[in-house]
Amino acid sequence: MLEGSADPGLYDYAPYRGRRKVVWPDGKTVAVWVAPNLEYYEIDPPSHPRRKAWVRPHPDVVGYSHRDHSNRVSHWRMADVMSRHGFPGSVSLSVALCQHHPEVVADGVARGWEFFSHGIYNTRYAYEMSEEQERAIIEDSIRTVREATGQTIRGWLAPALTHTPRTLDLIAEYGLDYTCDLYHDDQVQEVKVKSGRLASIPYSLEVNDHYGFFVYNMSGREYADTLIRQFERLAAEGEQSGTVMCIPLHAYLIGQPHRIGPFEEALRHIAADGRAWIARAGEIVDAWRAQQ
Amino acid sequence: MSLDPSYLEYPMRGRGYDHALYPWSALHERPPVKWPKGSVAVWVCVSLEWFPITPTDAPFRAPGHMATAYPDFRHYTARDYGNRVGAWRFLDAFDKVGAQATFATNAAVAERYPELVCTVMDGGHEVIAHSTDMNGTIDGSLTEDAEGALVGEAVRRLTAATGVKPKGWLSIARSQSFRTLDLLKQHGLTYCCDWVNDELPYRFTNGLIDLPLNHELSDRTIIAVQQQSADSWALSLEDAFDWLATEAARTGSARMLPIHVTPYIMGLPYRIEAFERLLARLSARQECWFARGDAIVEEWSAQA
Repeated sequence: MLEGSADPGLYDYAPYRGRRKVVWPDGKTVAVWVAPNLEYYEIDPPSHPRRKAWVRPHPDVVGYSHRDHSNRVSHWRMADVMSRHGFPGSVSLSVALCQHHPEVVADGVARGWEFFSHGIYNTRYAYEMSEEQERAIIEDSIRTVREATGQTIRGWLAPALTHTPRTLDLIAEYGLDYTCDLYHDDQVQEVKVKSGRLASIPYSLEVNDHYGFFVYNMSGREYADTLIRQFERLAAEGEQSGTVMCIPLHAYLIGQPHRIGPFEEALRHIAADGRAWIARAGEIVDAWRAQQ
Repeated sequence: MSLDPSYLEYPMRGRGYDHALYPWSALHERPPVKWPKGSVAVWVCVSLEWFPITPTDAPFRAPGHMATAYPDFRHYTARDYGNRVGAWRFLDAFDKVGAQATFATNAAVAERYPELVCTVMDGGHEVIAHSTDMNGTIDGSLTEDAEGALVGEAVRRLTAATGVKPKGWLSIARSQSFRTLDLLKQHGLTYCCDWVNDELPYRFTNGLIDLPLNHELSDRTIIAVQQQSADSWALSLEDAFDWLATEAARTGSARMLPIHVTPYIMGLPYRIEAFERLLARLSARQECWFARGDAIVEEWSAQA
């Protein structure tokens, strides 16, 4: 990015109307990917000068134990529902989960899920890191995920969405193919980086379960309806040029017993529609890249 | 620009948790649990709260506490409405379906409103400790002596007022310090309800049991915070019950649905009917076992 510049220079403006047609396999119109965040939050993390990890003095019992629900209960509930309807995960991973609860990571591997990095812990923030420190967390991510899953990470979602001006240039330099941190489009887009190439794949804050339940205060049924509306519109517009719909999830939210049933109905709807290319993030980026 | 080098050190990065409070365990891998009746224990937990009109901010001001400049008649009386009216509506609603519930009770409520707490106990409901009053909050900023004194006073005063030593404890806002689990154990409690990481009871390292009281399903979260209607709350609870009953059938292991309600929230005239309808619908389901917290803990302990 252009550090200090009013326009960060991340991409060129490209109007939605009149774009070159992006085509998805088998004539599908919208690429749908599900992004479970498999996270580890520390109970007593060191303090960061710019951001507090927890609202309450440590231990923040509700904050910590709510998130721990993922790793004891709701990961498997969410993952089973995804598998039942043919949705693989592209995992935004706190890579230290590979050490703390390898059982959760192994379950994703067994289901054929793709892993990308969401930092070391979701309680360690990148703001104010030196270049050397940021390289250390990227190298740690590559090494840790490779050892735990055999996969080489291809993407990045910054830990707790914390960045530095160097982040995108650095992940491109390390050969990563996509970032999930930019929200400017409903199609895959090129990102301007110093070296190599980097694609921005649409992730989503707006239909992220966290936003649905804690920003927009939706019920489980309202959130499921939101996903269906999002899908219907992107599937229709994708006839002009292939669109991307991401469903970003946290098991401790979507896997609660009152929400998972309506969510399953949304997945059933999308899978049965026939216009969805249900894919992993890397496959979507590859298919787009091949058409550039 | 650079962070302190220690920010990139991870001394607790290893197998299991970054603490020793309880061991990791995945629900779906545990031996199946069975209840005496049905496959879903429906645990209704009512908070009986007295908010002094003189709030304290240390360690923190309880959710629902006074909000205006002193004297805040508006919130003092609207909260006390729960003890005078709302809780009695709950008691009638439980009688109608024959449900036994748990009442997490401030010691001050038991002392100030003996008619209410006697009726709770005569109705076969359980009373558990819920601090002294709504100024009795706990977090990591409390000194060890102050926290020990608070827990001890809450248990002693509640026991004196009810004649029964409580088995369970609910912290205000489920907020604890790193010492709370040991203090609760030292004061003779069997279980607490504060950690929301599971859907069945589990044991802490020190032997205390957690009976997780799902905060996401509470009337406070769904109605007061997320501003959904009472009908939407009740529908979410029914969706949860349906899912848990299906999951219990699929896995062969019983499940639990915690329903945390607050008399000044769900006990209002325009909301109570949604709660009554929910209880009636659940009671008509063969999978439903309305159970007090201590009954669930006992059944689970005998099998765990």
